[in-house]
Amino acid sequence: MRGRGRPWDKLLHYSLCNVTGQQDCTFFTRKEILRLHARYHELAPHLVPMDYTNDPDCKLPLALIVNMPELKENPFCSRIVESFSEDGMGNLSFNEFVDMFSVLSEMAPRELKAIYAFKIYDYNVDNFLCKEDLEKTLNKLTKEELTPEEVQLVCEKAIEEADLDGDHKLSFADFENMITRAPDFLSTFHIRI
Amino acid sequence: MIILQPSNYNDAKCNVFCVFLGHHVDDGPQRRPNRRQGAGRGGAKGRGRGKKAASEDEDEDDEDEAPRGRRVANKKKPTKKRGGDEEDDSEDEAPKRKKKGAANRKRGGKAQESDEEDSDVGKGRKGKKGGGKKGGKEAEDTKDLNKWKSNQWLSYEKSLFLGESSGDLFGFLLLEEVEEKKKLIATIRNKPWRMKRRLLDLKEAQEFVDKFEGALGKGKGRKWFAYKVMMKKKWIKFQRDFENFRTACIPWERKIKDVESHFGSSVASYFIFLRWMYGMNLVLFGFTFGLVVIPEVLMGLPYGSIPRKTVPRAEQDTAQDYSVLMDFNGYCKYSVLFYGYYNDQRTIGLLKFRLPLSYLMVGIGTFGYSLMVVIRTMAKNADVGGGDGDESEFTFAWKMFTSWDYLIGNSETADNKYASITTSFKESIVDEQENQKDENIHLRRFLRVLANFFITCSLGGSGYLIYFVVKRSQEFANRTDLSWYEKNELEIIMSLLGLVCPPLFETIAELEDYHPRIALKWQLGRIFALFLGNLYTFLFALFDEVNTKVQQKEIITRYYANYTLLLNGTGATPPPMSPADVIRGPCWETAVGIEFVKLTVSDIQVSYLTILIGDFARAVIVRFLNYCWCWDLEAGFPSYGEFDISGNVLGLVFNQGMIWMGAFYAPGLVGINVLRLLSSMYYQCWAVMATNVPHERVFKASKSNNFYMGLLLLILFLSLLPVVYTIMTLPPSFDCGPFSGKAKMFDVIMETIDLDLPAFLGTLFSYAANPGLIIPAVLLMVLAIYYLNSVSEAYQNANMELKKKMQMPESKPTKTKPGTASKGVNLERDVALASPNPNGRGPVSRPPGPRGPAPMPGDGPGRGRGRGRGAPPR
Repeated sequence: MRGRGRPWDKLLHYSLCNVTGQQDCTFFTRKEILRLHARYHELAPHLVPMDYTNDPDCKLPLALIVNMPELKENPFCSRIVESFSEDGMGNLSFNEFVDMFSVLSEMAPRELKAIYAFKIYDYNVDNFLCKEDLEKTLNKLTKEELTPEEVQLVCEKAIEEADLDGDHKLSFADFENMITRAPDFLSTFHIRI
Repeated sequence: MIILQPSNYNDAKCNVFCVFLGHHVDDGPQRRPNRRQGAGRGGAKGRGRGKKAASEDEDEDDEDEAPRGRRVANKKKPTKKRGGDEEDDSEDEAPKRKKKGAANRKRGGKAQESDEEDSDVGKGRKGKKGGGKKGGKEAEDTKDLNKWKSNQWLSYEKSLFLGESSGDLFGFLLLEEVEEKKKLIATIRNKPWRMKRRLLDLKEAQEFVDKFEGALGKGKGRKWFAYKVMMKKKWIKFQRDFENFRTACIPWERKIKDVESHFGSSVASYFIFLRWMYGMNLVLFGFTFGLVVIPEVLMGLPYGSIPRKTVPRAEQDTAQDYSVLMDFNGYCKYSVLFYGYYNDQRTIGLLKFRLPLSYLMVGIGTFGYSLMVVIRTMAKNADVGGGDGDESEFTFAWKMFTSWDYLIGNSETADNKYASITTSFKESIVDEQENQKDENIHLRRFLRVLANFFITCSLGGSGYLIYFVVKRSQEFANRTDLSWYEKNELEIIMSLLGLVCPPLFETIAELEDYHPRIALKWQLGRIFALFLGNLYTFLFALFDEVNTKVQQKEIITRYYANYTLLLNGTGATPPPMSPADVIRGPCWETAVGIEFVKLTVSDIQVSYLTILIGDFARAVIVRFLNYCWCWDLEAGFPSYGEFDISGNVLGLVFNQGMIWMGAFYAPGLVGINVLRLLSSMYYQCWAVMATNVPHERVFKASKSNNFYMGLLLLILFLSLLPVVYTIMTLPPSFDCGPFSGKAKMFDVIMETIDLDLPAFLGTLFSYAANPGLIIPAVLLMVLAIYYLNSVSEAYQNANMELKKKMQMPESKPTKTKPGTASKGVNLERDVALASPNPNGRGPVSRPPGPRGPAPMPGDGPGRGRGRGRGAPPR
């Protein structure tokens, strides 16, 4: 452990340096950010320093983050982490970690959530939700309990419904148009931390 | 201090603005300690610069002012004066003088807005000069500032040439800029950028704002503003908490979710309906017990004090037998549960509680409240149903992207969720396939007509059978030598019909080949019609009984009259009699109440036993005998039961009808019903989860439960009729119940009006009851209904039109990716603001909407700003 001495002192130090900025960039209060940092630190005590004075460049790998109880049961957990990581591989720095939960928090506006939801469901990162993406999503949602014909039908219907420009895949505009009208998008795209 | 707003930004204020501009450079860090490091740095810089520059700056500014600002200055003598005053004031604060160097520097030249411009330019120059001495970063900052200033300056000069005075333009622009930065700070959390960039941008913006924030000085209002913001936040939080609390109060949410995830929304809709019924009955229970039963128990005469509260001598031996009690005779009959127990004293207890009045009011109020609740719920559901049209647009897409609840963190819940999502997809697939189906329409139509014909036949047949049996039973009533079958013929035939007909209907309905949801509705309607015959036969039988009792009563009254006449004639005092020995009339109200209670209880028993045997025993047998059986029991013949939605819903609806009818005669019935609903919630939830299998074609319940509600409303109306009939026309029993001794039950209201209310109210009521007033009132209501109806129709039409219009532009992709348009917008803005204000001088007449071109420090002209930054960064 790099953070020697009493960890809370260090935490305080951390807060003095960085929290205010993050507070303005996210939907969290100072206390929540400190708690998030504690959680982040908890994930890998030997990797994450308590002392953030000089902005150490430390990242946690996907496997560690996905194990958080908040994400564990989520069928899209690895996609969530990947889409919030800068390298797309799921390695999160603390800033990105906070960002992730900020977007998924209750306070985040619909538009922002829609942007990230789009990224999450875009498995092959081509800026379109194509049929393969939808199939993957559907299979994760139902634990592959639907027959292939049913999956085909559902995916075709979903694209047909939301596709405005007729290119048989969903662009972000299509997706946003569809998702902003969904009644429970806000309530379901939300992780309480 | 003065609050400055862009809209009332005029020449005079401009001065003040400039002064404050100076102030705030320094005040920033002190006033807002939470303004982060950026603030601190900004302040320090200002100070440093101020110290060095304070004196020379003023000179410089004055010099600058002379050639350029003269024209404007002439116009603004008074403001200049004010600027001077300010100067004096600050001079007094000698110790602070040094610190406020920057401010003073500005103040010095601040007589006109143009001066301020100069000072800024000067500052820029100085920044350059002092750049070497200060930290590298600061130098950079000042350079940025400089760049910004010179940009402003250019546009300002242009405006000087063109218009006489867009003098306030610069201040205005600065204000705009600061506003923009502030907005950026406020909304930076909404930008889909990487955290690092956001932090960086935030820092820049904050530094900028801290430098020039003075322009926006909210002054004293700031505290108040902050307070208001805080209170607003707290209020929102409170609201959210309250909402959470309210949803937490709704019972059985988890149970129903469990059922829904395994059996689909159609089965869950039954449980939701059950829960709703429970809520409504709880309110009815509260009314009845709070206003009738408990006052009677607490304040009324105790058991055994008067004849109506005592078991008659003849029955006392058997009054405690289990079988008698189970028939609600004996002690049960003479208890607070039934109508007969209540006394006709006008007021009881110390509180002078008017029990008879309260009894009648609760009886009527039960109906009133139920009607109101049912209709309101129907209206609300219809509202929800209105959204159905929109929903069908994105069924699958929404299911796919919004059905997973990211909050789920429990593996069991997650499993349930997977099941429920799969089920809901299957539901939608069934719907979809139903839409795609196209077959021989003529054959289908023929089959449907045929099926309806069969069903009408069987309904008519069963109706005739019931009629026949009732006739026969009336004949039997006069005979005494009846066999067991003849005695119970009516009940047996009815239960047989109830047993045979629903499956028969279901079989016939196969012919029709409807979507399961519609088939369920048909099934419900048909069984409803069947049960209705059942119910009304029962009612007619009951009324026969009541009529005979009413006749019996007359005999007894005659007897009583003779008795008293006799007593009076002999002049002897009657010997004291125990209340148990008094001759009493047949209390027909209690008899009716007992009938309803018995019916309800037997209904509970039958339905619980059916579940236990039909579902549980079957499931056990299928499950365990399967090991040693010659065919596969689970897949083959008996298999597991499906949840019978239609039967259960109708059972619930009819049960509620019984309660409504019986509650007036047996106040305790409401309590029994609440217990029944409560237990049945747990029992049926368990049964359905443990013993039933999902339907073969899981289907989605229609979003609004209005069909169930419609049935309930119909039953409510039907049960209202007999009760109101008895209240209005039949004379109450003379020796039992709260209305004994009155000719009609509603006389109790007349009595209250006469005795308790002031006289003029009584006359008012008598006027109101005048047919001359009532008929116009009814007419008026009819007209109002007509009017409202046509209005709602018109609205509906308008709604449809709007929807059509909305869908039209939607069909073409007008929406572009955010960001592609941003360049264009920015350009437009540039043009709009770089050109001088065509209005020449005078207050700025346009709203502060379009932003200044104002490239920010560090923000190159190429970089767009705001949301439209292009595709979301990955």
